[in-house]
Amino acid sequence: MFIAASLAILITMGLALARALAGPTTYDRIAAVNMFGTKTVLLIAVLAFLSDRNDLLDIALVYALINFIGVVAALKLVTQGDFYSSDRDKREAEKEEPE
Amino acid sequence: MIDIFINVTLLAFLAITSVAIVRMTNLFAIVMLYGIFSLLSAGLFVVMDAPDVAFTEAAVGAGISTVLMLATLALIRNQQKPYYAEAPQAHRPWLPLIVVAITGAALVYGTWDIPGFGDPNAPAQTHVARYYIENALPETGVPNIVTAVLASYRGFDTLGEVTVVFTAAVAVLLLIGGRRPKPAVKLKDKGEQDEA
Repeated sequence: MFIAASLAILITMGLALARALAGPTTYDRIAAVNMFGTKTVLLIAVLAFLSDRNDLLDIALVYALINFIGVVAALKLVTQGDFYSSDRDKREAEKEEPE
Repeated sequence: MIDIFINVTLLAFLAITSVAIVRMTNLFAIVMLYGIFSLLSAGLFVVMDAPDVAFTEAAVGAGISTVLMLATLALIRNQQKPYYAEAPQAHRPWLPLIVVAITGAALVYGTWDIPGFGDPNAPAQTHVARYYIENALPETGVPNIVTAVLASYRGFDTLGEVTVVFTAAVAVLLLIGGRRPKPAVKLKDKGEQDEA
């Protein structure tokens, strides 16, 4: 059963990779990378059960966190063009400009 | 059996990703593919029973360097011109191919002397490892041998490394900037500002 699970995960990884390579829009690629990270987490979890090494599950958790940070950074760059201006800065800038 | 299949598939994905990175011109897509590349190599490290290396690869390769690359991309936005179209071709295309082939052959030749994966008679296992395994716990009181070597036996070395990494992090943060002071033109009393 673990073998079937890992095969399914590998096939899904291939599909996500294909989307990341082909993806016409930026959001396709971001979604593909996010999905690929999720599949890596799952693959590590399946491997941990396959080889009876439960300490690998900690790594899977770290991957999930890192994946989240990376996707948030990418989305922040796409929507506002930089990392350091917060929404408050934008509102202040809009308020100052009419004067 | 399934381990070998997973290894081969992950390596094939790695090769596909590298070729795609080389052939693409969209910088944002390339950064996304870098993320996939390091997730794949981290998965390979896990399959090869090196979870600590995989930890580092995932944190640095997939996490921090993706963010740094995206930050760089944000700074050089709208300036991405393909420079290679105008760059003068100083050499023929087969020259780099020959150099790469020779270097690769030398590296493969170098792997012939390396002992097998997990070989108990390898020099790494017989030299000082035995001393650390026997004496690390009574001498330092740290249950994890790797931590004992890093933090106790080579404490000053680790201190130097941490200093280097800290300096590099500060330099990178200064370069990619954080909040910048607002430009002087936006201030209300421009006259005083110009005199100053």
